[in-house]
Amino acid sequence: MELGKFKLGGTQLKQSDIDRGKVLTLAQTPDLEYAWDDGVAIGRYLEELKNGKIIARKCNKCGRIMIPPRMFCELCWRATDEWVYCKDTGTVNTYSLCHVNWDASRIPEGEPLHLPALIHIDGASPGMGILHVLGEVDPDRIKIGMKVKAVWKKPGEREGSITDIMHFKPLRAARKKSKKKKSGGR
Amino acid sequence: MSQKVAIVGAGITKFVRRAQETGKELAWQASKMALDSCGLSLKDIDSVSLGTAPDAFDGVHMKGEYLSDGSGGWRKPYMRQFVGGGTGVFAPIHGWMHVASGMFDTCLVVCSEKMSTCYPHPQGAFLTIFDHTTEQALDPTLIWIFALEYNRYMETYGLTKRDIAPVSVKNKKNAMDHPSAQLPMDITVDDVLNSELLAWPVNRLDISPASDGAAAIVLAGEHAAKRITDKPVWIDGVGWNLDTAYWATRDLSYPRYVEKAARMAYDMAGIKEPRREIEIAEPYDPFTYKELHHMEGLLLADRGEAPQLLADGVTQRDGDRPMCPSGGALGVGNPISATGLMKVIEIFLQLRGEAEKRQVPGNPTCGLAQAWGDLMQVGTVVVMRR
Repeated sequence: MELGKFKLGGTQLKQSDIDRGKVLTLAQTPDLEYAWDDGVAIGRYLEELKNGKIIARKCNKCGRIMIPPRMFCELCWRATDEWVYCKDTGTVNTYSLCHVNWDASRIPEGEPLHLPALIHIDGASPGMGILHVLGEVDPDRIKIGMKVKAVWKKPGEREGSITDIMHFKPLRAARKKSKKKKSGGR
Repeated sequence: MSQKVAIVGAGITKFVRRAQETGKELAWQASKMALDSCGLSLKDIDSVSLGTAPDAFDGVHMKGEYLSDGSGGWRKPYMRQFVGGGTGVFAPIHGWMHVASGMFDTCLVVCSEKMSTCYPHPQGAFLTIFDHTTEQALDPTLIWIFALEYNRYMETYGLTKRDIAPVSVKNKKNAMDHPSAQLPMDITVDDVLNSELLAWPVNRLDISPASDGAAAIVLAGEHAAKRITDKPVWIDGVGWNLDTAYWATRDLSYPRYVEKAARMAYDMAGIKEPRREIEIAEPYDPFTYKELHHMEGLLLADRGEAPQLLADGVTQRDGDRPMCPSGGALGVGNPISATGLMKVIEIFLQLRGEAEKRQVPGNPTCGLAQAWGDLMQVGTVVVMRR
């Protein structure tokens, strides 16, 4: 069989087909709300974030200090053993300079970019990282391997969320020098 | 009661940004074409394996049930498979199990996807794949994880974007010969590097598009296959593997789960030297760097070596190890599950010598298709021989 010998289905629509009513569409926004329970491990993690601390969980069999914490070790397949506080510093494992919002809309020219990064947290086992964002940094000076520190909300403003850490900022150098500098792409 | 399993027919729609057809109409078009291509009718089909990606795209809950009539599933043993972007190669693996087990002599494998339904852009639906408590609050977009992985891959091997962008040039050019293609283009590396910067290091032309489309194949057991066609293409190895969903704790520079899936498939197919024996491959390429990343996971290149093979022309259609001769997700389009099955169909056609202008030289006898997905930690692999 050769594809070229068949009349293939799939009819491309243009925006004008929709605008002119050639195709009828029905739009709906489902109104659903969810309340996710934190669970045992993440519940404690969030509680400690509210206290301005990062907590991990240790498996005494493989020795891993795991973040985010978990009540069972997925590798040893057994219950984890103890809570371990980590530092609120870490190392940038990788990062991006993102011009796009979650819904694919674009960040307007001149406004700050999203600066997502994977941060390996000091005090957890090597390679144990979390997703967070960078701040107070010149985007052009972000480097893989850069040491960073959590910038916390004020105690009264924390609510037990990963966003109680506003962002991670460089421990030294690479700080943003002037607020006027635009965070353009590379 | 086990038996060998062959692909005996295939069908596909065009891949388009927004199709007039519903998901089930697309499924029907691809399924009917697959049956017509091998002279079968639905009554010859013993079982149906459907693959389709997140329900959130369509806003239709239980999409397996919704697509079942277009897939010929009513009043038959019917099953939906789902491992995110890995679905398109996982659905034929499931179909293989149905037939290889001896339970059925034939299985229709259908993958249908309708991403355009989701407004303003299907990317929004991906928000919910991130952990609801520890990640979603950061307002992530799907591109983040790919940008982070892409950057890590470059850092580990000292690569630049210029080393990786030629994947887009090659695949979009290959797609110019594919009748289903959504984004066939003749472009240069500079066009890729100068396209809109979405999330450094990812530019617009590094990313496959959102698409609507469907694909289908017919599987048959050894005896049935030989009755149906004199050009069966045998599924000689299947493999799939899943790594940790704590993706921030994984080595992002190397897809170990793809290697595990590949080794499983190679062992089953008796492949000892993949670089010599796999003559042609369709690694999953939703992003430029992923084709290279996956070549390495599939053991078709040393770690960090794939960009050099690309630069040397080894992965071109007329190279020693052609990759994505179809045009891949970057060129043909990426209606998630249908993309993986499109890749299986490309190897099927290439091994039969029926790929028209896309045909690679040298009469290949052995090839593979691979897909990848979930929270970027699933690998699915099928090895085929004629």
